[in-house]
Amino acid sequence: MKSFLGIDLGSTTTKAVLLDDGGSVLGRGITNSRSNYHLAADIARDEANVDARFTLLDRALEAAGETGEEAVQFRKRLLYHFRKVQQLAQLASLRDKALVEARGGRLGHHGAPLEDRLARLFEDLETNWRKPRLGGAARSDFFRDQASGDFARMAEKLADRALPFDVLMSVFDKVIIQVENERIDLTFEGNIRRALVSCLENESPERRARYEAAVLSVADTPLDTVRSIGTGYGRQTLPFPKDSIRSEILCHGLGAHVMFPKTTTVLDIGGQDTKAIQVDGDGIVTSFQMNDRCAAGCGRYLGYIADEMNMGVHELGPLAMQSTRHVKINSTCTVFAGAELRDRLTMGQRREDILAGLHRAIILRAMALLARSGGVADEFTFTGGVANNPAAVQALRQLVEENYGSRTLNISPNSIFTGALGAALFALRASQEVANA
Amino acid sequence: MSEPDPKAAGAVKDASMIKQKEMIAGHFSALSRAKESGKKVVYTFVPGNLTELLHAFDVLPVYPEINALQSGMRKKSGAYITEAERLGHSEDVCTYVKCDIGMLKAGNIGPTGEKLPEPDLLLLSYTGCFTFMKWFELLKREYHCPVAMLHVPYQGDGEFTPAMRDYVVDQLRTEVIPKLEQITGKKLDEAKLEEALARSSVAEDDLVWVLESAKNKPSPIDAYFGGVYYIGPIFTAFRGTDLAVDYYRTLRAEVQQRLDLGLGPLTPEGEMKNERYRLVVEGPPNWTSFNEFWKMFADEGAVVVASSYTKVGGMYDAGFRHDPTRPLETLAEYCAGCYTNLNLPSRISMLEKYVREYSADGLLINSVKSCNSFSAGQLMILREVEQRTGVPGGFIETDLVDPRYFSAANVKNRIESYLQMIEQKRRNAGARVSVQVPAAVAPKTRLAVLP
Ligand code: SF4
Repeated sequence: MKSFLGIDLGSTTTKAVLLDDGGSVLGRGITNSRSNYHLAADIARDEANVDARFTLLDRALEAAGETGEEAVQFRKRLLYHFRKVQQLAQLASLRDKALVEARGGRLGHHGAPLEDRLARLFEDLETNWRKPRLGGAARSDFFRDQASGDFARMAEKLADRALPFDVLMSVFDKVIIQVENERIDLTFEGNIRRALVSCLENESPERRARYEAAVLSVADTPLDTVRSIGTGYGRQTLPFPKDSIRSEILCHGLGAHVMFPKTTTVLDIGGQDTKAIQVDGDGIVTSFQMNDRCAAGCGRYLGYIADEMNMGVHELGPLAMQSTRHVKINSTCTVFAGAELRDRLTMGQRREDILAGLHRAIILRAMALLARSGGVADEFTFTGGVANNPAAVQALRQLVEENYGSRTLNISPNSIFTGALGAALFALRASQEVANA
Repeated sequence: MSEPDPKAAGAVKDASMIKQKEMIAGHFSALSRAKESGKKVVYTFVPGNLTELLHAFDVLPVYPEINALQSGMRKKSGAYITEAERLGHSEDVCTYVKCDIGMLKAGNIGPTGEKLPEPDLLLLSYTGCFTFMKWFELLKREYHCPVAMLHVPYQGDGEFTPAMRDYVVDQLRTEVIPKLEQITGKKLDEAKLEEALARSSVAEDDLVWVLESAKNKPSPIDAYFGGVYYIGPIFTAFRGTDLAVDYYRTLRAEVQQRLDLGLGPLTPEGEMKNERYRLVVEGPPNWTSFNEFWKMFADEGAVVVASSYTKVGGMYDAGFRHDPTRPLETLAEYCAGCYTNLNLPSRISMLEKYVREYSADGLLINSVKSCNSFSAGQLMILREVEQRTGVPGGFIETDLVDPRYFSAANVKNRIESYLQMIEQKRRNAGARVSVQVPAAVAPKTRLAVLP
């Protein structure tokens, strides 16, 4: 089967989208960008391939008339087992590396007790491995996040005077980077059989045979990526020829258009930059503005605020939504974010009110870019990580309404894939161009 | 406002480049010997400069803006600006000014490594930029020398009326010429002024020919990055001299040769082989990363076919020539006609004309943080030109000589995005086939697919 790949190499996350030759999304994949863009691109692509196989499985099941509850449940369970197999493979690698680390290196002097403790810790992690979260493709919990939470919990339990928590965690910090930077086989083809075995354990032989046949036929379908286009902050580092690289502004415009075909104005607030884009009826960019060299008011800013408040970045929006008092903040300078926050806290302002003010300040900056790019026309699509933040969305809605009147505001749950989707569509178009030439 | 080091303009050195380099070296060497040779020195600005008049008095001009941009190209401006800020100049002050002040404090060493002489007079031709006044107020405090102020009325209504012209001529007679006579101790030599003006107009003809050569496809020149070299002599100390006449003759012959051979412009990487985009650029260039900036265009096959920046020292392509038969009137008209003295509607018409006459694919604005004369109203200009011509506009932000305001990644991203946007528009205009987008991706829409 032919497929077309779009990769969006962002400063925080790398996204991949696979399309089939009719332009339908086959699969999406996301991973954290690490410091290794190549690897991040590979992993995101593999993830998209996995997702694509599951889409093909859906199609195969549907074609075979397997649409009942039983099939739905099977599909769910299979995905669950597949994720488990994948993550246990990563966990095993983490364990091996941790033990090597304990034996030699800097921590060698702790000797057998450390090895022992780690062995117990991992045993426990493996048996109590939490149900992998299977939320939409836009799940933000990568292996690192989940493993680090679980590891820390266990380390707390097992730590004592001789082997304090810090020592255990230092092992984790050291080896998680190695695991993230190694290529473990996480593919569908490589792992689905094991998942299938545990998934079909209690099934009747007849059903087992039916499902097995469907799954294995999908695993054997070649997924031939005929064209790839890369975009995003790190696009220059992709091992793609120049004509396979597109600016993220074009990709965002096209991606937003595909998600919401009536889109005229696009706002993207990412980690490092904010873009205001106008597109025509075909999703072609007609004008754009982006922040200058200063990243004030971009997603990264919220990251600093979250660190400063000792919170997760995802918790900021909901807390800000509880604000009852209007606090006006003018500066969105990343460098002074901490100072600004502490000042206001000492002035006695409440955290939720300050946060609401900060969100509004970010959106005010975006409003200036929107105005410069040509305003906000109907429909208006908001993308990027910050589009998942309810307080930012609320402030945006309000300010757009005040300045431009009522507008349809589109936010897709897959908004994080907008750039990659646009890139994939460029890939599809490019190959059609070649075919038509 | 240019007189950069011709070395930067590509691997191949043309005779004109060598000539320009020698001219500059000669001028700075004469400046360094001014005290011994008894020559008087006048500091003045590029827009609305009265170079022929200065030559008639045999005084040597110094252009602080040129020194600033030279410092920018030689990577010295950052330290100079920091020094000026340490002295209390705000972050928002034009960086040419701060760079100049910093250089002065560091010993006033010019671009060729020789010390610049102190001024005997500050000739303040005021053409639209308020900063000019503040700048020379600062220099006056440093040098304690007289200032001759020439107030050139802004063309707010889009024209320079006879009354305005007379007002400027009157100031030339009663303020500027007397002060020059005072410092030199001699009367204005009118014949000398007329001869200089006649030479100016010869060189101006050749310059216009060179700039207009960019109407050809492919263009034999880059009218922005290359253009700043071409305007160097005529915008500064050499207008009205035989050296300038000679330089522009040589340059014209070189460009003619490129045209005959069908060659593209020279870039930092040698000759541009494949002209893919023709742009009109509005706004001054960035000097601190000049070559890197240029390369961002050249790498993509983007050539600038016309620019407003190459008109800050005179709008010769709009028909103006220095006229030796009306010496003072012609100087007045010259001052009034510099680009930054024009109102926004005139700027828009000019850019619109460029887009059409030079068959440009787009208008790109480089908005520099420093310069209010350029930057005010730029977005309005952009939208209006887009609307009138239908070509897409692009917008980037840098600065003149403050390296802190040049983010290479950001600028490159925007330039690439802009060029790809032009490319997409072009292709889309030629699109023929279309396919149905599956409902899962885009309900109820048709998507144009390119041939
Ligand atoms: S503000 Fe602009 S015109 Fe005025 S001195 Fe600075 S660069 Fe020149």
